[in-house]
Amino acid sequence: MSMDYREYILDHYRNPRNYGTLAHPNAHAEDSNPLCGDQLAIDLLIEEDLVKEVRFQGRGCAISQAAASMLSEMIEGKSVEEVVQLGKDDVLDSLGIPISPARTKCAFLSLRVLHRSLALAGLEKPIDNDEEDQ
Amino acid sequence: MTTVQQPATRSADDIRGDFPILSRLVHGKPLVYLDSTASSQKPVAVIEAMSQYYETTHANVHRGVYEISEEATAKMERARVKVARFINARQSKQVIFTRNTTESINLVAYSWGYANIKAGDLIVLTGMEHHSNLVPWQMLAQRAGARLEFVPVTDDGLLQLDVYEQLLQQQPRLVAFTHMSNVLGTVNPAQEMIAQAHAAGALVLLDAAQSVPHMPVDVQALDVDFLCFSAHKMLGPTGIGVLYGKRDLLEAMPPFMGGGDMIRTVGLRESTWNDLPWKFEAGTPAIAEAIGLGAAVDYLNAIGMENARQHEQNITAYAMEQVQQVPGLIIYGPGAARRGGVISFTLGDIHPHDLASILDQEVGVAIRAGHHCAQPLMERFGLAATARASFYVYTITDDVDMLVKGLHKALEIFKL
Repeated sequence: MSMDYREYILDHYRNPRNYGTLAHPNAHAEDSNPLCGDQLAIDLLIEEDLVKEVRFQGRGCAISQAAASMLSEMIEGKSVEEVVQLGKDDVLDSLGIPISPARTKCAFLSLRVLHRSLALAGLEKPIDNDEEDQ
Repeated sequence: MTTVQQPATRSADDIRGDFPILSRLVHGKPLVYLDSTASSQKPVAVIEAMSQYYETTHANVHRGVYEISEEATAKMERARVKVARFINARQSKQVIFTRNTTESINLVAYSWGYANIKAGDLIVLTGMEHHSNLVPWQMLAQRAGARLEFVPVTDDGLLQLDVYEQLLQQQPRLVAFTHMSNVLGTVNPAQEMIAQAHAAGALVLLDAAQSVPHMPVDVQALDVDFLCFSAHKMLGPTGIGVLYGKRDLLEAMPPFMGGGDMIRTVGLRESTWNDLPWKFEAGTPAIAEAIGLGAAVDYLNAIGMENARQHEQNITAYAMEQVQQVPGLIIYGPGAARRGGVISFTLGDIHPHDLASILDQEVGVAIRAGHHCAQPLMERFGLAATARASFYVYTITDDVDMLVKGLHKALEIFKL
């Protein structure tokens, strides 16, 4: 499977949207990929069941950082209910390129951190980590 | 004194014919394998020695009284003798089979360490250790209340030997360091460092995972106390490694794991231990793997370790010269003369994982990307990850040229 580093992916990698931290987030989570050291932290400000603001910080490959940047754009202004529903297919759709099996962990790192932040804030059920083992 | 006869030099082109995997395709392109530091490929001689054993001789060792069990035992013990001669151990009973380098180091940390390291004792390590020669000592130090100190690494990727000498004045019980860095390729001056440690009253464990496969290593000339390495990095199978130790130390050490094979007599409440090396080999060993390791040793002997070292120095010098010309590429570590066949590098703002993906998909080149199980060393150089290309007896200049072609392709894709 050939991965295709499209221009918009490089743009999100080099100019990430919503990069940084929030002063007073009410949802936060962070995680790293132990195999490659990719890191990601997400801050959310949720008001009236809407994701009012989102910021992320991280370091890692173009796939992991572009996926985080795109995900941040995707959830801004969305209802918590909609964000809870977001899954791997939504991330793959926004990346728009085939992701080789060895790189899926990179692509889904931000999604995992996003759901963890909502779970820690009591807004969704904690995710089952076994799901990662398929 | 006997002079060592080096075998006639075989070309890497010729050697490649012995490695079936090197003729396969990846993504429709010939495989260019530049990750031998992580694990080497296997020649037909090793694969066949193992399959022949399973086809004709397999039985459990050290207990059967029937023909094939005796044959299996003899084959496995012959492999031990080959390994002993390969590193010039005085006796084959000083060669203990483990699973890998990591288990060899853990064996020493648990068995020797828990018997000898007391609260306040000092263990000296270096800033360029693989996690396998760091974490076992952290665990020992935490349990025993011992201290760890580290020889720092210079900007050129060398050990700061003046600091080493200062640390030795604090009379450490043990010094453990890598013979060759798996990240920087640095070959450390083991013989001098061991002599200095002994003069200070310390024992030395040498992590030889990267040196035994790539250069002549003589445990008696080094006068090293413990030496650890893995078969799979030296053309042999996975699942078997070696701990060499000085005999008086091994004799005095308590067993590491209890079970079958390592005992002499067993009562309900207590047991007595078998002789070396079996005292440290509880349970059914990796018999086919030991035989495969023996075949790998034969294969390397036929090439000659001086020849192997020379070839890798040549290919490394060529590779450093070529990749340095790629714009934006930074190599970490010392010059070619002071390193083995390993080059860690970064290229512009391209993350090493992206680089490895592009090399794999575009030109079929397999390299490693990440922290290489040496996170403290990465932090020392302010890096989260590097790309790493590494070489072995079967690496040819065409492989390096394909790497360079792939690096240019990556620059193009990342618009650099």
